[in-house]
Amino acid sequence: MMCRRQLSECQHLRCSSLDTPPTMIKAILVFNNHGKPRLTKFYQYFNEEMQQQIIKETFQLVSKRDDNVCNFLEGGSLIGGADYKLIYRHYATLYFVFCVDSSESELGILDLIQVFVETLDKCFENVCELDLIFHVDKVHYILNELVMGGMVLETNMTEIITRIEDQNKLEKQEGPYNSASTSSLKAGLAAAPARAVSAVKNMNLPQQIKDIKLPDLPAAIKDLKF
Amino acid sequence: MALRKVKGNLERMFDKNLTDLVRGIRNNKETESKYISQCMEEIKTELRQDNLAVKANAVAKLTYLQMLGYDISWAGFNIIEVMSSPKFTYKRIGYLSASQCFHQDTEVLMLTTNMIRKDLNSHNMYDSGTALTGLACFISGDLARDLANDVMTLLTSTKPYLRKKAVLLLYKVFLKFPEALRPAFPRLKEKLEDPDPGVQSAAVNVICELARKNPKNYLSLAPVFFKLMTSSTNNWMLIKIIKLFGALTPLEPRLGKKLIEPLTNLIHSTSAMSLLYECINTVIAVLISISSGMPNHNASIQLCVQKLRILIEDSDQNLKYLGLLAMSKILKTHPKSVQAHKDLVLQCLDDKDESIRLRALDLLYGMVTKKTVMEIVRRLMTHMDRAEGTMYRDELLQKIILICSQNNFQYITNFEWYVSVLVELCRMEGTQHGGLIASQLMDVAIRVVAVREFTVGQMALLLDNAHVIVGPAAARSSIAEVLYAAAWICGEFSQLLANPKATLESMVRGKVVSLPGHIQAIYVHNMLKLYAHIIATAEEEDDSEMIEEVTNLLLERLPVFVSSGDLEVQERASCIVHIVTYVQKCHKHGDKVGADLALLMTGELNPVAPKAQKKVPLPDGLDLDAWINDPPSESEEEEDDALEKEIFVKADSSYKHRKEKYEPSEEELQKLRDARRAEQASNPYYVKSSALSSPRPNHNSIQVDEIPVTAIDLNVSLKIPGMTSLDKYQVVDGWQDGGKKRHKKQKKRSKRKGQVSSSSEEEINRMHVVNTDIGEMPEGAHLSDDYEIDDRPEDDPHRALDINLDEPLSPNEVLPTRTHYEAHAQRKIESNNEAKLIPSEIPLKMKTRNKKERKEKKEKTKKVKKEEKKVKKKPSRDANLILDLIDPLKETVISDKVPVAANHINGIADAKNKEKSKSKKTKTKKEKKAKKEKDRDKPEKKLKKNEKEIDTLSRNRDEYEETNGTVTQEVEEKLAVPEPQPYSRLLAEDSHIRIVYSTAAMDGVMSEILVCIKFISQSSKPISKLQLILPDSSALKMIRTPGKLVFETGYRLFPPKEMGMAVFQRKQRQPDPQSELVNLPWSLDPGESKETQLSFTAEDVTIPHKLRGSLSYIQDGSSSSSDISLRLEFPVTTFLSGKTASRATFTDLLSSGQLSARSSFTLPNCPWSFPEVLEELTLGGSLAVVECVDQTASLYGRSLHGHHVCLLVKYQASHHLTIDGKSTEGILLSNALDHLKTTLMQKQ
Repeated sequence: MMCRRQLSECQHLRCSSLDTPPTMIKAILVFNNHGKPRLTKFYQYFNEEMQQQIIKETFQLVSKRDDNVCNFLEGGSLIGGADYKLIYRHYATLYFVFCVDSSESELGILDLIQVFVETLDKCFENVCELDLIFHVDKVHYILNELVMGGMVLETNMTEIITRIEDQNKLEKQEGPYNSASTSSLKAGLAAAPARAVSAVKNMNLPQQIKDIKLPDLPAAIKDLKF
Repeated sequence: MALRKVKGNLERMFDKNLTDLVRGIRNNKETESKYISQCMEEIKTELRQDNLAVKANAVAKLTYLQMLGYDISWAGFNIIEVMSSPKFTYKRIGYLSASQCFHQDTEVLMLTTNMIRKDLNSHNMYDSGTALTGLACFISGDLARDLANDVMTLLTSTKPYLRKKAVLLLYKVFLKFPEALRPAFPRLKEKLEDPDPGVQSAAVNVICELARKNPKNYLSLAPVFFKLMTSSTNNWMLIKIIKLFGALTPLEPRLGKKLIEPLTNLIHSTSAMSLLYECINTVIAVLISISSGMPNHNASIQLCVQKLRILIEDSDQNLKYLGLLAMSKILKTHPKSVQAHKDLVLQCLDDKDESIRLRALDLLYGMVTKKTVMEIVRRLMTHMDRAEGTMYRDELLQKIILICSQNNFQYITNFEWYVSVLVELCRMEGTQHGGLIASQLMDVAIRVVAVREFTVGQMALLLDNAHVIVGPAAARSSIAEVLYAAAWICGEFSQLLANPKATLESMVRGKVVSLPGHIQAIYVHNMLKLYAHIIATAEEEDDSEMIEEVTNLLLERLPVFVSSGDLEVQERASCIVHIVTYVQKCHKHGDKVGADLALLMTGELNPVAPKAQKKVPLPDGLDLDAWINDPPSESEEEEDDALEKEIFVKADSSYKHRKEKYEPSEEELQKLRDARRAEQASNPYYVKSSALSSPRPNHNSIQVDEIPVTAIDLNVSLKIPGMTSLDKYQVVDGWQDGGKKRHKKQKKRSKRKGQVSSSSEEEINRMHVVNTDIGEMPEGAHLSDDYEIDDRPEDDPHRALDINLDEPLSPNEVLPTRTHYEAHAQRKIESNNEAKLIPSEIPLKMKTRNKKERKEKKEKTKKVKKEEKKVKKKPSRDANLILDLIDPLKETVISDKVPVAANHINGIADAKNKEKSKSKKTKTKKEKKAKKEKDRDKPEKKLKKNEKEIDTLSRNRDEYEETNGTVTQEVEEKLAVPEPQPYSRLLAEDSHIRIVYSTAAMDGVMSEILVCIKFISQSSKPISKLQLILPDSSALKMIRTPGKLVFETGYRLFPPKEMGMAVFQRKQRQPDPQSELVNLPWSLDPGESKETQLSFTAEDVTIPHKLRGSLSYIQDGSSSSSDISLRLEFPVTTFLSGKTASRATFTDLLSSGQLSARSSFTLPNCPWSFPEVLEELTLGGSLAVVECVDQTASLYGRSLHGHHVCLLVKYQASHHLTIDGKSTEGILLSNALDHLKTTLMQKQ
């Protein structure tokens, strides 16, 4: 016999396993016309598999819509639920999708996407998909100045750009970080064009170098015992 | 060595950076996964490098791969390393990666507290900014508690950038740690008036979000917001504020009245569409909340509707969509003003945009009236014919049904029309709403008696044309469900059928067998009903030919169903076959059985109110918790009770908290029985044998004439499905146009909603709408009383934030400051209640021991906090002391004062002790113990004499400085690495090195035992080439999977100069899958101690294990290596972990009878005090204290394989110690007790 006490205990257990709290912006996804993700930012935890499913589902929902229809979309079953909406914009080859709850103004989010894209445009000088492909980290940093933990942080573009430029300066001061875009200041290879270096790297030369067996000296000494 | 270095550099040169990775993936489109797995391998190698730049590069690549769907949580530790870099560039990479893959349950997060705190307080604004942003993504309850104070400090930062971020982060802190809300709120409120607009906007954002979920607590802020609204020009903020007012007005109508004017002004003046839209939304919310009566009310509504119309007519699809959305909100309260714009809505139905069409559909739902319903449905049906894609078509179908059936068919005046619509809907291809149509058909047929015969006729036709409905496309749809309804209706109301025999034939014939099981079952069952009806009629008319024909038909066809794969179908069919055979037999004897047969199926169906079940009153004396009969396992239960007495005899009454059973006496039972009989007599649900009267005969005679007319009418239409719809629409329209035809006799009812009761005219027309609103209810129950339910899901964190903010803060409501104080406060509690000392002490140590036990820790910390509060409430000197201590200004002083507590947190206490006081090394253990004792005594002294306390503290401080030498507080704070388990055993020792180890069960997925081995150098020279040789035994294996995070922790007490803050270094142990060798990649400097962690799995956790091995090392200067043999012991208690056991579950476990094994031992002369014994059990034995009363405690442990172990420890005044144990596993228990006994004996 299942007593009431046990029942209430079950409920308690359910209570205690807190889900990730709801955020106002639940996710920000950028993918191209083929559904390849270019930036994903989830403000609520989903495991990687789920994230990919969400991207896939969102892409399917968004991609079948004409360009001249409205930018709001309900019915993402995996992410959100009734209170959540997909608000997206389509720029050339890229979709920018925000999944938001009812506390955000729909038109406001559309403006926010616009601000985001314009900021990208300023930072990358005529942004195109390739910029997002190769500098996804930088795009993340820019996004972090707009949205923080699912809440809108700043909408003033000049302010955002100032912050980003400051941080870039800081990065430069600290010296080269081996990202090909800023500088491929690697001893000996600095002069080589990035593509050539990359080609060499992809020839799997590195592995061959790594595979060169160096005699383990102490072991060799040990072996010398007669 | 030089060669090695060169090679390393060469390798580095060829490391791919992020760009190379991306380019590589793009160049390897076909073999992407192979390429990525190769890259993963490279990344793993890179992560093992010392160079932080290399690691950061690797982590950046991992972050990219995470986006592609690769799990990178295994690198959590490396990510933290990169986060801890002093360089902003790397730190940013680390935090980005963490924010992408960490979440609140990530275990490594517990290592980050101090690092994040340092970053938050960094002098570099962007370091703090990065930390704040990252924290907002992965903050956990622990981090929220520990860092709340630091975030609060940032609120007063001079930099708006940081204030802004800190304000936003506070919201996350509140969600995870609701206790912070009240103390933090005043400061948050101040930020509403911050000079920086960004900060102001962030504060509005946070408060709006809080208020949206718990509006009533924020009403008092309305004036502030009102002022902001009228003064601000920042549209973003205005939108938020206006949204907030929308949430507040339902609670305070007066506010609404005040708002209308400024809002209408804004609507008139603003050019920003988004602001206009939000204003309209809020005005709507206000108008909904104020009951009508205000004169200018209609004006506002008109204004809104007007503006919305402009939005809807806009060419911008977004505005159109939002306009419709807002319109639907008005519709709920002011349907009339919306209905005027019907044209617009219908126009939107033709829009090419599906979102807009769906919105328009929602609006239509509310716009129907009795007059318009037919027209609207007709339009929707034409839409449905044209619609492409089943999704939208299904949506339309559902809407049609919703529109028609809303409010108990409020708007349906002609049910024949509705049934025709439903029949028409059955023809929709591939619909998923077959079940919905079916339930509507049944609903109408049962509840609207007047159209029943019409419905039955239609259903008979449906059955006859089943092959048309269940066409080839039916496989993917649920349309077959309508046949379920059809079969049931024809069977149930068989007396209304025009030609029962024909219907029976159509049911028997055809591809019934291909239908789903539950439909077949209904078919079979209703065949019997039809059969019974036919027999009964035939017998009356003496039509023996008919009887024979029908009987043979059934006997011929039913065997198909008898051999059905579906159990239900089979059972029913075989039952019916036997009934039919029996009837046949009777007829052969010339007996008439028709009437008897019909009795099997008689009975009237009455509607039951939807809430009736809930409203059944609980009969007096019914106790749902009581046993109905004595439990079958009574003997066992008794035995258990007896045993409990036997074992847990002095366990105090708290063990017996099980509820007393309610046992009624014989007299009471008799009373109950009488009461039940009375209840049954009046209970409408109880099937009474007398309730058999049925109105069937009347119907029979009357309707014979009418049936063929309708039937023929539709027979034509259904046979040619393409034609039906048109024909029928004409018929329907004809009815509508004609207006006064037979079916339109029903008069319009009063327009007021909800009044659906049947009027007298209807009765004349026999067009009943049976009213479910009332239906059958238990006596005395009223429908009206609705419960006010918080409809938020139970696990919604916002529930916890429902906190009254207007109450003044009480002095004990302060944000928790650093953990030191908790530790310190805990010591005080110990003095308060000696018995509770042990459980409250555990969490601190657990923290380091077993990550999996974090939950438990949390719970216990809570407990501690409660206790803390208790203590604080006492207005004693003691309380003042705590308050003083909590003052953040004094924190550094205090942490100096309380070295022991600090040591516990930072986990380097004994490392340092041992290292610095070499001479004391043999005594360390004893010293530690003695120290603990001292600690415990200290608080007591404090209570007695304040001065004395200072004495002790200062003395203690001396001791601290003496042992720690130059180690500064600063260094201590940086150490966020796990504390070595305090309960460590000596593994081996010689003149150069001393090795201690501790074990911990990693419960959960891994089922591993984590062994921390600590090497302490006792030599004056560096020791290098340490090599552990630990061959697996048959039952115990070391885990060498390379993918698993097996990391090493090296503690360096003196930060290497070149590394700046990197006080600790961690290296990935190079796992060697075959070898039993573990090469330790570091060397030990004199006086240094380092630690390594190994994981083991055991096949059998019920017996103790041993592992023999050796350690070889080379002391610098000597040419040969030295060996020490090791013996790792794994007593069974190693495999136990004190997983949380609440008292209730613990008792449940004890009473469940699962714990079959019992064992016990007694130590007559235990020289140790009770708390010490408990400490031994909890630390050495890895058990958790469930309950502790006086000198008795119950403990619980769960083995890696899920065995439960429960212990009861009793300690009597005369040092008489008894430990009783119960377990699910006998061997485990006896081994565990043996071990405990030995350890306790050894202590002597």
